[in-house]
Amino acid sequence: MLELKNISKTFNPGTVNEKLALQKIDLDLKDGDFATIVGSNGAGKSTMFNAIAGEFIADTGTIMLDGQDITFMPDYRRSKYIGRMFQDPLRGTAPHMTIEENLALAYLRASGHTSSFSRISKKDREVFAEKLSALGLGLEDRMKQPVGLLSGGQRQALTLLMATLVTPKLLLLDEHTAALDPGTAEKVLELTKKIVAENHITCLMITHNMHDALTLGNRTLMMDHGRIVLDVADEERAHMTVDGLLQRFAENVGHALDNDRILLSAEG
Amino acid sequence: MFTAATVFSALELGFIYALVAMALFLSFRILNIADMSTDGTFTLGCAVSATAAVAGHPVLGLFLAIAAGAAAGFVTAFLQTRLGVPSILAGIITNTGLYTVNLAVMGFSSNVPMLKTQTIFTAAQTFFGDAFPYKLLVAAVITIVVCLLLILFLGTRMGLSIRATGDNPDMVRASSINTAFTITIGLCISNAMTSLSGAVLAQYQKSADINLGTGMVVIGLASLIIGETLFGRGGMWTKAVAAVAGSVIYRFIIALALRANVPSECLKLISAVIVALAIAAPAIQSRAAFRRRRSHAEKEGARRA
Repeated sequence: MLELKNISKTFNPGTVNEKLALQKIDLDLKDGDFATIVGSNGAGKSTMFNAIAGEFIADTGTIMLDGQDITFMPDYRRSKYIGRMFQDPLRGTAPHMTIEENLALAYLRASGHTSSFSRISKKDREVFAEKLSALGLGLEDRMKQPVGLLSGGQRQALTLLMATLVTPKLLLLDEHTAALDPGTAEKVLELTKKIVAENHITCLMITHNMHDALTLGNRTLMMDHGRIVLDVADEERAHMTVDGLLQRFAENVGHALDNDRILLSAEG
Repeated sequence: MFTAATVFSALELGFIYALVAMALFLSFRILNIADMSTDGTFTLGCAVSATAAVAGHPVLGLFLAIAAGAAAGFVTAFLQTRLGVPSILAGIITNTGLYTVNLAVMGFSSNVPMLKTQTIFTAAQTFFGDAFPYKLLVAAVITIVVCLLLILFLGTRMGLSIRATGDNPDMVRASSINTAFTITIGLCISNAMTSLSGAVLAQYQKSADINLGTGMVVIGLASLIIGETLFGRGGMWTKAVAAVAGSVIYRFIIALALRANVPSECLKLISAVIVALAIAAPAIQSRAAFRRRRSHAEKEGARRA
Protein backbone atom coordinates (compact mmCIF):
# COMPACT_ATOMS: atom_id res chain seq x y z
CA MET A 1 0.00 0.00 0.00
CA LEU A 2 2.70 2.45 1.07
CA GLU A 3 6.24 2.10 -0.19
CA LEU A 4 9.07 4.42 0.85
CA LYS A 5 12.31 3.88 -1.04
CA ASN A 6 15.56 5.50 -0.03
CA ILE A 7 13.92 8.57 1.56
CA SER A 8 16.46 11.08 2.93
CA LYS A 9 16.06 14.61 4.17
CA THR A 10 18.62 17.08 5.49
CA PHE A 11 17.46 20.31 7.09
CA ASN A 12 19.59 23.48 6.78
CA PRO A 13 22.22 21.81 4.58
CA GLY A 14 25.65 23.47 4.59
CA THR A 15 25.04 25.43 7.81
CA VAL A 16 26.01 24.80 11.44
CA ASN A 17 22.42 23.75 12.04
CA GLU A 18 22.62 20.99 9.45
CA LYS A 19 20.50 18.05 10.55
CA LEU A 20 20.23 14.70 8.85
CA ALA A 21 16.60 14.10 9.74
CA LEU A 22 15.90 11.06 7.59
CA GLN A 23 18.59 8.67 6.36
CA LYS A 24 17.70 6.35 3.50
CA ILE A 25 14.39 5.18 4.90
CA ASP A 26 12.92 2.08 3.27
CA LEU A 27 9.47 0.96 4.34
CA ASP A 28 6.94 -1.32 2.75
CA LEU A 29 3.50 -1.28 4.31
CA LYS A 30 1.03 -3.92 3.13
CA ASP A 31 -2.65 -3.25 2.58
CA GLY A 32 -4.37 -3.34 5.98
CA ASP A 33 -1.12 -3.16 7.98
CA PHE A 34 -1.34 -1.28 11.28
CA ALA A 35 2.20 -0.43 12.37
CA THR A 36 3.17 1.36 15.57
CA ILE A 37 6.32 3.50 15.68
CA VAL A 38 8.45 4.20 18.75
CA GLY A 39 11.76 6.00 19.04
CA SER A 40 13.86 8.55 20.91
CA ASN A 41 13.14 12.26 20.82
CA GLY A 42 14.32 13.58 17.47
CA ALA A 43 14.52 10.11 15.90
CA GLY A 44 12.65 11.33 12.84
CA LYS A 45 9.21 9.83 13.48
CA SER A 46 7.21 12.99 12.81
CA THR A 47 9.62 14.00 10.05
CA MET A 48 8.85 10.73 8.29
CA PHE A 49 5.13 11.52 8.59
CA ASN A 50 5.77 14.99 7.18
CA ALA A 51 7.56 13.42 4.21
CA ILE A 52 4.69 11.01 3.61
CA ALA A 53 2.05 13.75 3.97
CA GLY A 54 3.98 16.06 1.65
CA GLU A 55 4.84 18.90 4.01
CA PHE A 56 8.22 18.86 2.32
CA ILE A 57 9.63 17.00 -0.66
CA ALA A 58 12.35 14.53 0.34
CA ASP A 59 15.91 15.14 -0.95
CA THR A 60 16.14 11.63 -2.37
CA GLY A 61 13.93 8.62 -2.94
CA THR A 62 10.38 7.88 -4.00
CA ILE A 63 7.04 7.44 -2.23
CA MET A 64 4.39 5.16 -3.73
CA LEU A 65 0.86 4.98 -2.36
CA ASP A 66 -1.40 2.23 -3.67
CA GLY A 67 0.62 1.95 -6.89
CA GLN A 68 0.64 5.72 -7.49
CA ASP A 69 3.87 7.74 -7.36
CA ILE A 70 3.16 10.63 -4.96
CA THR A 71 6.78 11.79 -4.50
CA PHE A 72 6.14 15.23 -6.01
CA MET A 73 2.44 15.59 -5.29
CA PRO A 74 1.58 18.73 -3.20
CA ASP A 75 0.30 18.14 0.34
CA TYR A 76 -3.27 19.26 -0.26
CA ARG A 77 -3.67 16.73 -3.07
CA ARG A 78 -2.14 13.89 -1.04
CA SER A 79 -4.63 14.59 1.73
CA LYS A 80 -7.30 13.17 -0.53
CA TYR A 81 -5.79 9.73 0.19
CA ILE A 82 -4.02 10.32 3.50
CA GLY A 83 -5.76 11.12 6.79
CA ARG A 84 -3.61 12.58 9.56
CA MET A 85 -3.97 13.36 13.25
CA PHE A 86 -1.65 15.29 15.56
CA GLN A 87 -1.04 15.37 19.29
CA ASP A 88 -2.57 18.86 19.52
CA PRO A 89 -6.39 18.58 19.38
CA LEU A 90 -6.54 22.16 18.04
CA ARG A 91 -4.80 21.31 14.78
CA GLY A 92 -7.46 19.19 13.17
CA THR A 93 -10.57 21.36 13.38
CA ALA A 94 -11.69 24.94 12.67
CA PRO A 95 -12.80 26.37 16.06
CA HIS A 96 -15.13 29.13 14.83
CA MET A 97 -17.07 26.85 12.52
CA THR A 98 -19.81 24.46 13.59
CA ILE A 99 -19.37 20.71 13.92
CA GLU A 100 -21.49 20.20 10.84
CA GLU A 101 -19.45 22.71 8.80
CA ASN A 102 -16.21 21.02 9.85
CA LEU A 103 -17.57 17.66 8.76
CA ALA A 104 -18.79 19.14 5.46
CA LEU A 105 -15.23 20.26 4.72
CA ALA A 106 -13.79 16.85 5.54
CA TYR A 107 -16.45 15.36 3.28
CA LEU A 108 -15.01 17.36 0.35
CA ARG A 109 -12.31 14.69 0.03
CA ALA A 110 -14.88 12.33 -1.44
CA SER A 111 -13.97 12.03 -5.10
CA GLY A 112 -16.57 13.21 -7.60
CA HIS A 113 -18.48 14.93 -4.86
CA THR A 114 -21.00 17.69 -5.53
CA SER A 115 -19.94 21.08 -6.97
CA SER A 116 -18.20 23.89 -5.07
CA PHE A 117 -21.44 25.86 -4.95
CA SER A 118 -23.55 23.15 -3.32
CA ARG A 119 -24.67 23.59 0.27
CA ILE A 120 -24.85 21.09 3.13
CA SER A 121 -27.84 18.92 2.23
CA LYS A 122 -30.31 17.11 4.46
CA LYS A 123 -28.77 13.84 3.34
CA ASP A 124 -25.27 15.04 4.33
CA ARG A 125 -26.63 15.98 7.76
CA GLU A 126 -28.10 12.51 8.21
CA VAL A 127 -24.77 10.90 7.32
CA PHE A 128 -22.92 13.23 9.75
CA ALA A 129 -25.41 12.59 12.58
CA GLU A 130 -25.13 8.83 12.10
CA LYS A 131 -21.33 8.91 12.14
CA LEU A 132 -21.28 11.25 15.15
CA SER A 133 -23.61 9.04 17.16
CA ALA A 134 -21.21 6.13 16.58
CA LEU A 135 -18.64 8.11 18.63
CA GLY A 136 -20.98 7.85 21.62
CA LEU A 137 -20.23 11.40 22.82
CA GLY A 138 -23.63 12.95 22.11
CA LEU A 139 -22.12 15.26 19.48
CA GLU A 140 -24.95 14.45 17.05
CA ASP A 141 -27.19 16.77 19.11
CA ARG A 142 -24.68 19.65 18.96
CA MET A 143 -24.06 19.85 15.22
CA LYS A 144 -24.84 23.59 15.02
CA GLN A 145 -22.39 24.49 17.80
CA PRO A 146 -18.92 25.88 17.09
CA VAL A 147 -16.16 23.31 17.53
CA GLY A 148 -14.29 25.72 19.84
CA LEU A 149 -16.79 24.85 22.58
CA LEU A 150 -15.77 21.17 22.63
CA SER A 151 -13.25 19.65 25.04
CA GLY A 152 -9.86 18.43 23.80
CA GLY A 153 -11.03 14.80 23.81
CA GLN A 154 -14.22 15.62 21.94
CA ARG A 155 -12.27 17.64 19.39
CA GLN A 156 -9.81 14.79 18.92
CA ALA A 157 -12.65 12.30 18.45
CA LEU A 158 -14.20 14.66 15.89
CA THR A 159 -10.83 14.99 14.12
CA LEU A 160 -10.62 11.19 13.98
CA LEU A 161 -14.06 11.08 12.41
CA MET A 162 -13.09 13.80 9.92
CA ALA A 163 -9.87 12.03 8.96
CA THR A 164 -11.79 8.83 8.26
CA LEU A 165 -15.14 10.24 7.05
CA VAL A 166 -14.01 9.48 3.53
CA THR A 167 -12.03 6.26 4.05
CA PRO A 168 -8.36 7.18 3.48
CA LYS A 169 -5.86 4.79 1.93
CA LEU A 170 -3.47 5.60 4.74
CA LEU A 171 -3.99 7.01 8.23
CA LEU A 172 -1.09 8.74 10.02
CA LEU A 173 -1.53 9.06 13.81
CA ASP A 174 1.11 11.22 15.49
CA GLU A 175 0.71 10.53 19.24
CA HIS A 176 -2.90 11.55 18.82
CA THR A 177 -3.91 10.60 22.38
CA ALA A 178 -0.83 11.99 24.18
CA ALA A 179 -2.41 15.34 25.12
CA LEU A 180 -5.58 13.78 26.55
CA ASP A 181 -6.29 12.65 30.10
CA PRO A 182 -5.91 8.85 30.57
CA GLY A 183 -9.64 8.09 30.47
CA THR A 184 -10.29 10.13 27.35
CA ALA A 185 -7.12 8.82 25.72
CA GLU A 186 -8.39 5.27 26.28
CA LYS A 187 -11.72 6.14 24.70
CA VAL A 188 -10.19 7.84 21.64
CA LEU A 189 -7.84 4.88 21.21
CA GLU A 190 -10.77 2.43 21.35
CA LEU A 191 -12.56 4.49 18.69
CA THR A 192 -9.40 4.51 16.57
CA LYS A 193 -9.12 0.73 16.75
CA LYS A 194 -12.78 0.30 15.89
CA ILE A 195 -12.78 2.70 12.92
CA VAL A 196 -9.49 1.36 11.52
CA ALA A 197 -10.69 -2.26 11.79
CA GLU A 198 -14.17 -1.59 10.38
CA ASN A 199 -12.85 0.25 7.34
CA HIS A 200 -9.74 -1.89 6.88
CA ILE A 201 -7.49 1.22 6.88
CA THR A 202 -3.72 0.93 6.50
CA CYS A 203 -2.33 2.82 9.46
CA LEU A 204 0.91 4.18 10.95
CA MET A 205 0.82 5.27 14.59
CA ILE A 206 3.54 7.05 16.56
CA THR A 207 3.27 6.32 20.29
CA HIS A 208 5.39 6.65 23.40
CA ASN A 209 3.45 3.95 25.19
CA MET A 210 5.54 0.76 24.87
CA HIS A 211 2.59 -1.41 25.84
CA ASP A 212 0.46 0.07 23.03
CA ALA A 213 3.39 -0.22 20.67
CA LEU A 214 3.41 -4.00 21.11
CA THR A 215 -0.30 -4.73 21.47
CA LEU A 216 -1.89 -2.39 18.91
CA GLY A 217 -1.82 -3.38 15.25
CA ASN A 218 0.31 -6.06 13.70
CA ARG A 219 3.75 -4.53 13.37
CA THR A 220 6.18 -2.45 15.47
CA LEU A 221 8.84 -0.13 14.06
CA MET A 222 11.59 1.54 16.09
CA MET A 223 13.40 4.62 14.82
CA ASP A 224 16.69 6.21 15.78
CA HIS A 225 18.66 9.06 14.19
CA GLY A 226 16.51 9.18 11.08
CA ARG A 227 16.59 5.43 10.45
CA ILE A 228 14.23 2.54 11.02
CA VAL A 229 16.38 0.33 13.25
CA LEU A 230 13.92 -2.38 14.20
CA ASP A 231 10.91 -3.87 12.45
CA VAL A 232 9.12 -6.73 14.22
CA ALA A 233 5.90 -8.45 13.20
CA ASP A 234 3.94 -11.69 13.42
CA GLU A 235 5.30 -14.51 15.60
CA GLU A 236 8.33 -12.60 16.82
CA ARG A 237 6.18 -9.65 17.89
CA ALA A 238 3.62 -11.86 19.63
CA HIS A 239 6.31 -13.11 22.01
CA MET A 240 8.03 -9.78 22.48
CA THR A 241 7.98 -8.09 25.88
CA VAL A 242 8.61 -4.39 26.55
CA ASP A 243 11.98 -5.27 28.09
CA GLY A 244 12.79 -7.51 25.15
CA LEU A 245 11.99 -4.70 22.74
CA LEU A 246 14.20 -2.19 24.62
CA GLN A 247 17.01 -4.76 24.68
CA ARG A 248 16.74 -5.43 20.95
CA PHE A 249 16.80 -1.67 20.36
CA ALA A 250 19.97 -1.25 22.42
CA GLU A 251 21.65 -4.13 20.59
CA ASN A 252 20.79 -2.68 17.18
CA VAL A 253 21.87 0.91 17.75
CA GLY A 254 24.52 0.53 20.46
CA HIS A 255 22.83 2.77 23.03
CA ALA A 256 19.72 2.68 25.18
CA LEU A 257 16.49 4.41 24.26
CA ASP A 258 16.48 7.96 25.61
CA ASN A 259 12.90 9.11 25.69
CA ASP A 260 11.74 10.02 29.19
CA ARG A 261 8.11 9.53 28.46
CA ILE A 262 8.73 6.10 26.94
CA LEU A 263 10.84 4.95 29.89
CA LEU A 264 8.28 6.22 32.37
CA SER A 265 5.49 4.44 30.55
CA ALA A 266 7.61 1.25 30.30
CA GLU A 267 8.10 1.13 34.04
CA GLY A 268 4.41 1.62 34.73
CA MET B 1 -31.06 67.52 15.78
CA PHE B 2 -30.86 66.24 12.21
CA THR B 3 -32.80 67.52 9.24
CA ALA B 4 -34.49 64.96 6.99
CA ALA B 5 -31.86 65.67 4.34
CA THR B 6 -28.96 64.81 6.68
CA VAL B 7 -30.70 61.62 7.80
CA PHE B 8 -31.24 60.54 4.22
CA SER B 9 -27.73 61.36 3.11
CA ALA B 10 -26.27 59.50 6.11
CA LEU B 11 -28.40 56.46 5.27
CA GLU B 12 -27.45 56.61 1.59
CA LEU B 13 -23.73 56.94 2.25
CA GLY B 14 -24.02 54.31 5.00
CA PHE B 15 -25.42 51.77 2.57
CA ILE B 16 -22.86 52.62 -0.12
CA TYR B 17 -19.85 52.38 2.23
CA ALA B 18 -21.33 49.25 3.86
CA LEU B 19 -19.93 47.32 0.90
CA VAL B 20 -16.40 48.22 2.06
CA ALA B 21 -17.27 47.08 5.59
CA MET B 22 -18.55 43.77 4.16
CA ALA B 23 -15.39 43.42 2.04
CA LEU B 24 -13.24 43.90 5.14
CA PHE B 25 -15.46 41.48 7.03
CA LEU B 26 -14.48 38.90 4.39
CA SER B 27 -10.76 39.73 4.18
CA PHE B 28 -9.99 40.91 7.73
CA ARG B 29 -12.37 38.86 9.84
CA ILE B 30 -12.87 35.69 7.81
CA LEU B 31 -9.56 35.30 5.96
CA ASN B 32 -7.58 37.04 8.71
CA ILE B 33 -5.74 39.24 6.17
CA ALA B 34 -5.42 43.02 6.58
CA ASP B 35 -5.91 44.02 2.94
CA MET B 36 -4.04 47.30 2.54
CA SER B 37 -5.02 47.59 -1.13
CA THR B 38 -8.52 48.68 -0.05
CA ASP B 39 -7.83 52.40 -0.59
CA GLY B 40 -6.54 51.92 -4.13
CA THR B 41 -9.25 49.43 -5.06
CA PHE B 42 -11.96 51.82 -3.88
CA THR B 43 -10.56 54.58 -6.09
CA LEU B 44 -10.24 52.10 -8.95
CA GLY B 45 -13.98 51.44 -8.68
CA CYS B 46 -14.66 55.21 -8.71
CA ALA B 47 -12.45 55.77 -11.73
CA VAL B 48 -13.79 52.88 -13.81
CA SER B 49 -17.41 53.67 -13.03
CA ALA B 50 -17.01 57.43 -13.68
CA THR B 51 -15.18 56.90 -16.96
CA ALA B 52 -17.79 54.39 -18.17
CA ALA B 53 -20.67 56.64 -17.09
CA VAL B 54 -19.18 59.62 -18.92
CA ALA B 55 -18.96 57.38 -21.99
CA GLY B 56 -22.69 56.71 -21.56
CA HIS B 57 -22.66 53.31 -19.79
CA PRO B 58 -23.44 53.81 -16.08
CA VAL B 59 -24.71 50.26 -15.44
CA LEU B 60 -21.93 48.61 -17.43
CA GLY B 61 -19.58 50.83 -15.37
CA LEU B 62 -20.63 49.03 -12.18
CA PHE B 63 -19.91 45.61 -13.66
CA LEU B 64 -16.59 46.80 -15.10
CA ALA B 65 -15.70 48.14 -11.64
CA ILE B 66 -16.50 44.74 -10.11
CA ALA B 67 -14.23 43.03 -12.66
CA ALA B 68 -11.44 45.58 -12.16
CA GLY B 69 -11.67 45.17 -8.36
CA ALA B 70 -11.49 41.39 -8.66
CA ALA B 71 -8.41 41.76 -10.88
CA ALA B 72 -6.74 44.00 -8.27
CA GLY B 73 -7.58 41.41 -5.59
CA PHE B 74 -6.04 38.73 -7.77
CA VAL B 75 -2.76 40.68 -7.98
CA THR B 76 -2.60 41.01 -4.17
CA ALA B 77 -3.42 37.31 -3.73
CA PHE B 78 -0.88 36.26 -6.37
CA LEU B 79 1.86 38.27 -4.65
CA GLN B 80 1.21 36.61 -1.29
CA THR B 81 0.28 33.07 -2.25
CA ARG B 82 2.64 32.42 -5.17
CA LEU B 83 5.51 34.85 -4.72
CA GLY B 84 5.82 34.73 -0.93
CA VAL B 85 5.29 38.46 -0.31
CA PRO B 86 4.01 39.03 3.27
CA SER B 87 0.28 39.74 3.07
CA ILE B 88 0.35 43.31 4.40
CA LEU B 89 3.18 44.24 2.03
CA ALA B 90 1.37 42.59 -0.89
CA GLY B 91 -1.59 44.91 -0.31
CA ILE B 92 0.64 47.97 -0.02
CA ILE B 93 2.44 47.11 -3.27
CA THR B 94 -0.86 46.69 -5.12
CA ASN B 95 -2.13 49.92 -3.58
CA THR B 96 0.92 51.85 -4.80
CA GLY B 97 0.65 50.41 -8.30
CA LEU B 98 -3.05 51.19 -8.44
CA TYR B 99 -2.40 54.92 -8.02
CA THR B 100 -0.94 55.03 -11.52
CA VAL B 101 -3.58 52.66 -12.87
CA ASN B 102 -6.35 54.84 -11.44
CA LEU B 103 -4.88 57.99 -13.00
CA ALA B 104 -4.63 56.13 -16.32
CA VAL B 105 -8.27 55.01 -16.12
CA MET B 106 -9.29 58.66 -15.65
CA GLY B 107 -7.21 59.65 -18.71
CA PHE B 108 -4.26 60.87 -16.61
CA SER B 109 -6.36 63.49 -14.91
CA SER B 110 -6.84 63.61 -11.16
CA ASN B 111 -10.61 63.91 -11.38
CA VAL B 112 -13.59 63.19 -13.62
CA PRO B 113 -16.47 65.68 -13.38
CA MET B 114 -19.84 64.11 -14.17
CA LEU B 115 -22.25 67.01 -13.69
CA LYS B 116 -24.43 66.31 -16.72
CA THR B 117 -23.69 62.60 -16.94
CA GLN B 118 -26.43 59.98 -16.83
CA THR B 119 -25.91 57.74 -13.77
CA ILE B 120 -27.86 54.91 -12.18
CA PHE B 121 -29.19 57.53 -9.77
CA THR B 122 -30.44 59.93 -12.47
CA ALA B 123 -32.03 56.93 -14.21
CA ALA B 124 -33.86 56.05 -10.97
CA GLN B 125 -34.87 59.70 -10.58
CA THR B 126 -36.43 59.70 -14.04
CA PHE B 127 -38.23 56.44 -13.27
CA PHE B 128 -39.54 57.14 -9.75
CA GLY B 129 -39.81 60.94 -9.83
CA ASP B 130 -38.20 63.53 -7.56
CA ALA B 131 -40.53 62.99 -4.59
CA PHE B 132 -39.48 59.35 -4.15
CA PRO B 133 -36.31 58.62 -2.06
CA TYR B 134 -34.73 57.10 -5.16
CA LYS B 135 -31.12 57.56 -4.03
CA LEU B 136 -31.67 55.60 -0.85
CA LEU B 137 -33.52 52.89 -2.78
CA VAL B 138 -30.70 52.40 -5.30
CA ALA B 139 -27.97 52.38 -2.63
CA ALA B 140 -29.92 50.03 -0.32
CA VAL B 141 -30.92 47.60 -3.07
CA ILE B 142 -27.36 47.22 -4.39
CA THR B 143 -25.90 46.69 -0.91
CA ILE B 144 -28.60 44.30 0.25
CA VAL B 145 -28.40 42.19 -2.91
CA VAL B 146 -24.59 41.95 -2.66
CA CYS B 147 -24.79 41.05 1.05
CA LEU B 148 -27.39 38.36 0.37
CA LEU B 149 -25.22 36.86 -2.37
CA LEU B 150 -22.16 36.93 -0.10
CA ILE B 151 -23.96 35.20 2.78
CA LEU B 152 -25.40 32.55 0.47
CA PHE B 153 -21.93 32.02 -1.01
CA LEU B 154 -20.34 31.60 2.44
CA GLY B 155 -22.73 28.70 3.08
CA THR B 156 -21.52 26.76 0.02
CA ARG B 157 -18.65 24.31 0.13
CA MET B 158 -16.37 26.89 -1.48
CA GLY B 159 -17.51 29.46 1.10
CA LEU B 160 -16.88 27.02 3.95
CA SER B 161 -13.37 26.39 2.60
CA ILE B 162 -12.67 30.14 2.58
CA ARG B 163 -13.95 30.51 6.15
CA ALA B 164 -11.84 27.58 7.32
CA THR B 165 -8.76 29.06 5.62
CA GLY B 166 -8.77 31.96 8.07
CA ASP B 167 -9.62 29.68 10.97
CA ASN B 168 -7.27 26.71 10.49
CA PRO B 169 -5.31 26.48 7.21
CA ASP B 170 -3.81 23.10 8.22
CA MET B 171 -7.25 21.62 8.34
CA VAL B 172 -8.16 23.09 4.94
CA ARG B 173 -5.13 21.46 3.32
CA ALA B 174 -6.06 18.23 5.11
CA SER B 175 -9.44 18.46 3.36
CA SER B 176 -7.63 18.38 -0.01
CA ILE B 177 -8.18 22.09 -0.68
CA ASN B 178 -5.38 24.40 -1.79
CA THR B 179 -5.28 27.39 0.57
CA ALA B 180 -3.61 29.51 -2.13
CA PHE B 181 -6.78 29.00 -4.17
CA THR B 182 -9.21 29.88 -1.36
CA ILE B 183 -7.21 33.01 -0.42
CA THR B 184 -7.25 34.11 -4.07
CA ILE B 185 -11.01 33.62 -4.42
CA GLY B 186 -11.62 35.42 -1.11
CA LEU B 187 -9.49 38.46 -2.01
CA CYS B 188 -11.02 38.69 -5.51
CA ILE B 189 -14.51 38.81 -3.99
CA SER B 190 -13.63 41.28 -1.23
CA ASN B 191 -11.88 43.64 -3.65
CA ALA B 192 -14.76 43.36 -6.13
CA MET B 193 -17.06 44.56 -3.33
CA THR B 194 -14.75 47.43 -2.35
CA SER B 195 -14.52 48.49 -5.99
CA LEU B 196 -18.31 48.32 -6.41
CA SER B 197 -18.65 50.59 -3.38
CA GLY B 198 -16.38 53.15 -5.04
CA ALA B 199 -18.27 52.75 -8.31
CA VAL B 200 -21.64 53.50 -6.70
CA LEU B 201 -20.18 56.43 -4.74
CA ALA B 202 -18.72 58.07 -7.86
CA GLN B 203 -22.12 57.99 -9.58
CA TYR B 204 -23.84 59.12 -6.36
CA GLN B 205 -21.74 62.23 -5.88
CA LYS B 206 -21.26 62.79 -9.61
CA SER B 207 -17.50 62.98 -9.56
CA ALA B 208 -14.46 60.79 -9.24
CA ASP B 209 -11.23 61.93 -7.64
CA ILE B 210 -7.84 60.26 -7.28
CA ASN B 211 -7.91 60.83 -3.50
CA LEU B 212 -11.41 59.49 -2.81
CA GLY B 213 -10.13 56.20 -1.45
CA THR B 214 -7.57 57.63 0.98
CA GLY B 215 -8.13 56.20 4.43
CA MET B 216 -10.90 53.89 3.20
CA VAL B 217 -9.43 50.82 4.92
CA VAL B 218 -9.61 52.61 8.29
CA ILE B 219 -13.14 53.91 7.66
CA GLY B 220 -14.26 50.42 6.63
CA LEU B 221 -12.71 48.88 9.73
CA ALA B 222 -14.29 51.55 11.94
CA SER B 223 -17.72 50.72 10.50
CA LEU B 224 -17.14 46.98 10.85
CA ILE B 225 -16.01 47.28 14.47
CA ILE B 226 -18.81 49.66 15.46
CA GLY B 227 -21.28 47.14 14.04
CA GLU B 228 -19.66 44.19 15.79
CA THR B 229 -19.50 45.99 19.12
CA LEU B 230 -23.14 47.05 19.05
CA PHE B 231 -24.73 44.00 17.49
CA GLY B 232 -22.49 41.22 18.72
CA ARG B 233 -21.03 38.38 16.78
CA GLY B 234 -23.78 35.88 16.19
CA GLY B 235 -24.23 33.82 13.04
CA MET B 236 -23.28 34.89 9.54
CA TRP B 237 -26.55 36.79 9.06
CA THR B 238 -26.11 38.82 12.25
CA LYS B 239 -22.57 39.65 11.24
CA ALA B 240 -23.66 40.92 7.82
CA VAL B 241 -26.43 43.06 9.28
CA ALA B 242 -23.96 44.36 11.89
CA ALA B 243 -21.50 45.47 9.16
CA VAL B 244 -24.21 47.41 7.30
CA ALA B 245 -25.58 48.92 10.52
CA GLY B 246 -22.06 49.87 11.63
CA SER B 247 -21.49 51.68 8.36
CA VAL B 248 -24.74 53.64 8.70
CA ILE B 249 -23.94 54.53 12.33
CA TYR B 250 -20.47 55.68 11.31
CA ARG B 251 -22.07 58.08 8.80
CA PHE B 252 -24.34 59.43 11.53
CA ILE B 253 -21.31 59.99 13.78
CA ILE B 254 -19.65 61.92 10.95
CA ALA B 255 -22.83 63.94 10.34
CA LEU B 256 -22.95 64.71 14.06
CA ALA B 257 -19.30 65.79 14.07
CA LEU B 258 -19.90 68.08 11.09
CA ARG B 259 -22.94 69.55 12.82
CA ALA B 260 -20.82 70.20 15.92
CA ASN B 261 -18.64 72.29 13.60
CA VAL B 262 -15.71 69.86 13.58
CA PRO B 263 -13.79 70.89 10.46
CA SER B 264 -14.10 68.18 7.77
CA GLU B 265 -10.29 68.03 7.56
CA CYS B 266 -10.32 66.43 11.04
CA LEU B 267 -12.61 63.54 10.15
CA LYS B 268 -9.81 61.16 9.16
CA LEU B 269 -8.12 61.68 12.51
CA ILE B 270 -11.41 60.94 14.27
CA SER B 271 -11.80 57.72 12.26
CA ALA B 272 -8.25 56.70 13.08
CA VAL B 273 -8.84 57.25 16.80
CA ILE B 274 -12.11 55.25 16.69
CA VAL B 275 -10.38 52.29 15.00
CA ALA B 276 -7.33 52.39 17.25
CA LEU B 277 -9.51 52.47 20.39
CA ALA B 278 -11.86 49.76 19.15
CA ILE B 279 -9.07 47.36 18.20
CA ALA B 280 -7.16 48.13 21.39
CA ALA B 281 -10.23 47.71 23.63
CA PRO B 282 -9.60 44.06 24.66
CA ALA B 283 -5.96 44.82 25.56
CA ILE B 284 -6.95 47.92 27.53
CA GLN B 285 -9.63 45.97 29.39
CA SER B 286 -7.29 43.15 30.39
CA ARG B 287 -4.65 45.65 31.56
CA ALA B 288 -7.22 47.43 33.67
CA ALA B 289 -8.38 44.13 35.16
CA PHE B 290 -4.76 43.21 35.96
CA ARG B 291 -4.15 46.53 37.72
CA ARG B 292 -7.36 46.22 39.74
CA ARG B 293 -6.40 42.69 40.77
CA ARG B 294 -2.88 43.76 41.77
CA SER B 295 -3.88 46.85 43.75
CA HIS B 296 -6.50 44.72 45.51
CA ALA B 297 -3.85 42.14 46.43
CA GLU B 298 -1.49 44.89 47.66
CA LYS B 299 -4.19 46.29 49.95
CA GLU B 300 -4.89 42.82 51.32
CA GLY B 301 -1.19 42.34 51.96
CA ALA B 302 -0.90 45.69 53.74
CA ARG B 303 -3.84 44.80 55.96
CA ARG B 304 -2.30 41.48 56.98
CA ALA B 305 1.14 42.94 57.70
